[in-house]
Amino acid sequence: MSNAAQTPALRPVFRFVENVGRKTVAAIEEFGYVSSMLAESFYWLLFGRRQQQPVRMRSIFAEAMRIGVHAIPIITIITLAIGVMMAIQGIQTLKTFGAESKVIVGIAIAITREFAPLIVSIMIAGRSGSAITARIGTMLESQEIDALRVIGINPVRYITAPLLLAMMISIPALTILGDFMGLLGGGLYSIIELKITLAIYFERCADILAWDDIAQGLIKSLVFAAIIVLVSVSNGFQVRGGAEGVGRATTRSVVMSLTFIVIADMIFTYFLNFA
Amino acid sequence: MECTTRSENGFTIVALSGEVDLHYSPKAREIILKYLGDKNHVLVDLADVSYIDSSGVASLVEGFQHARTHDLKFALMGVSEAAMQILQLSRLDKVFPIIASVADADQL
Amino acid sequence: MPAADHSEYAIEVQHLDAHYGERQILKDVSLNVRHGEIMVIMGGSGSGKSTLLRHLLGLNTPTRGSIKLLGIDITQSSEKEMFDLRKKMGVAFQGGALFGSMSVEENVVLPLCEHTELDENTMRIMGRMKLEVVNLAGFEHLMPAELSGGMIKRAALARAIVMDPRLLFFDEPSAGLDPVAAVELDELILRLRQVMNITIVVVTHELESAFKIADRITVLDQGVILMTDTVEAVRNSDNPRIQSLLNRLPRDDAIDTDEYLERLTGI
Repeated sequence: MSNAAQTPALRPVFRFVENVGRKTVAAIEEFGYVSSMLAESFYWLLFGRRQQQPVRMRSIFAEAMRIGVHAIPIITIITLAIGVMMAIQGIQTLKTFGAESKVIVGIAIAITREFAPLIVSIMIAGRSGSAITARIGTMLESQEIDALRVIGINPVRYITAPLLLAMMISIPALTILGDFMGLLGGGLYSIIELKITLAIYFERCADILAWDDIAQGLIKSLVFAAIIVLVSVSNGFQVRGGAEGVGRATTRSVVMSLTFIVIADMIFTYFLNFA
Repeated sequence: MECTTRSENGFTIVALSGEVDLHYSPKAREIILKYLGDKNHVLVDLADVSYIDSSGVASLVEGFQHARTHDLKFALMGVSEAAMQILQLSRLDKVFPIIASVADADQL
Repeated sequence: MPAADHSEYAIEVQHLDAHYGERQILKDVSLNVRHGEIMVIMGGSGSGKSTLLRHLLGLNTPTRGSIKLLGIDITQSSEKEMFDLRKKMGVAFQGGALFGSMSVEENVVLPLCEHTELDENTMRIMGRMKLEVVNLAGFEHLMPAELSGGMIKRAALARAIVMDPRLLFFDEPSAGLDPVAAVELDELILRLRQVMNITIVVVTHELESAFKIADRITVLDQGVILMTDTVEAVRNSDNPRIQSLLNRLPRDDAIDTDEYLERLTGI
C-alpha cells in the first residue's frame, strides 16, 4: 500500500494485483467451504442417527417431491422436443451422404450420454437451484438460520443434507426419464422419415446402446446434482443485504451452477471417452 | 420419578413423586392412560412431586381428556404451590378438577 | 430442578472482546447474571448489544474472553456440551424468526420434535399449552405470514419456552409493538420468571420496558459496559452518556480534528 502511494502512476496496477489476489483467496476459501459442507452433509446422512440428530426422511421426501416429481412435466416436454430436433437435424445432415438410417446411432448415443443429463441438470439448476438459494438467503436474513442453530439444529443437517440426497436421487431419475423421452422424440420423427415402426426404432436403439452409455449419463447426473446443491446452498448462506442481496445471490447461483455443470461435463466426457 | 398406585373409595390413586420431567413424563402418561383404559376412575396424587414440567402437565391433560371422552372420573390432588403456578400459567387450574384429599372425591 | 452447576451465576461473561473484521465491537465486556434474574442489556443502536447477544447465544465466537452459561464455557465447550446446553436455552428473536414454511404449531413444537422422544399427542398439547400462555390459542394452524407483528413475537416466545428452558434470551421484545401489546409482553416476561424461575436476558433500547421488567440493567455504549446495576442506580447515575441515553439526547462527543479529517479523506 505504501509503495503504491509513493508511485501514483503504478496505483492502478497495484490495485489490480490486489484485487486479483483478494478474489483468488476468496475463491479458495469458497472452495474449502463448499468441500467441507459436502463432507459434513454425508457425515450427517451416515452418522446423524447415531447422534440422535438424524436427517429426516420426511424432509428428504418433501425435497424430492419439489425437485423431482414436480419437474416431470417440464422435463418430459423439453427432452421430447430435443429428441425431435436431433432427429430433424440428423436426418437433414445425413441425407447428403445417403445415410439417414444412421441417425438412430447419433440420437441414441447423444441423448443418453450427453443431452438427457445435461438438459435435466440445466433445468433443475434454473428451477430448483435458484429457489434453494432464495429460500436459504431469506431464512438467513430473517434470522431463521440463527433460530435453527440456537434450537440446536445444525443447518447443514437440517437443510443441506436432505437437499443433497433428494437431488442425487431426483436428477438421475429424471435423467432416465429424459433418456426415454429423448429417444421417443427422436423416434417419432425418424419413423416417418425412415418409414419404420416405433418398435423397430426402439429395437435398433437397444442394439446400439450399451449399459455403459446410460451409466455414463447417470454418473454425470450425480455429479451435476452435487454441483447444483453445493453451489445454490453456499450462495444462499452467503447472502448479505436484504431482498436485493437475495436477488443477486440467486442470479449468481444459477450462473455458477450452469458454468460448473458445463465445465464438469466437458471434463467428464473427455475422461469417460478417452481415458 | 417414583410411581405407586392403590385403590381407594372406588378410585385408582396414581401417586407420582420426585421430578416429572421430559424423561419421566412418558412413563407417568403410560400408567395414567393404562388405568383409564381399564375403565378405572383415576386420582393423580401430586403431593410428593418436587418438580413438574410442561410435558408432565401435558400428560395429565391427555389423561383428563381420555377420562372425559370415556365418561370416567379424573382429578388431581395434593397439588403443591409450585405445580399450581405451572397450571395457572396456562389457566389449566380452571380446567382440571382439583381436590385436597381422597375424602373430597365424592363431589366429583 | 437440580442445578448442573453450583455457581451463584447462570451467566458469567469475562473480558469479552469481539471484532467484525478489523472493527472492534466489544471491548473487555464482563457481566454476571444470577439464577432467576431478569437482566436487561440496554444501549442505543451501534452500542454492541446485538453483538453481545449473538456471543451469548454462541452464534459468534469472541476474539478473547470467556462466556459461561450454566457453568459451561461455550468458548471452549465440545459440540456435544453445546448441543445439550441448547436444550436448556430458549431464544426469541427480534423479528420472531419463525419458519415460514411451517404453521405456528409446527414452529412451536419443533424443538420438542428434535430433542425429545415424547408422544406426538403430548408434544401437540405442550405446544398448545404454550400458545395459551402467550395468548395465541386458536391460532395454531395459521402460517407466520398471516400473523401480526405482536402475534409473531408471542409465537416466537412460545417456541422459546416450549422446552421449559432455564435460560431465556429475548431480543427487543417491545420493538415495533403498539404500547398495549408491549406492556402485555412485559407482564408475560415477569410471569414466566415468577412461575418457571427462568433466568432471563432481555436486549432492548426501550427504557420504559427495561425499567419495568429488569432486576438489574447493563448499559452498553460503543462496545463498553458503562454500568451494571439496579434500575434505581441506573436512573440516578450521573454518567453523562447514561443520562443522555435516558433523556434521549443526541451524541455530543468531542471531535479529534486530525482523526476526523483522516476518516473523511482516507489519507
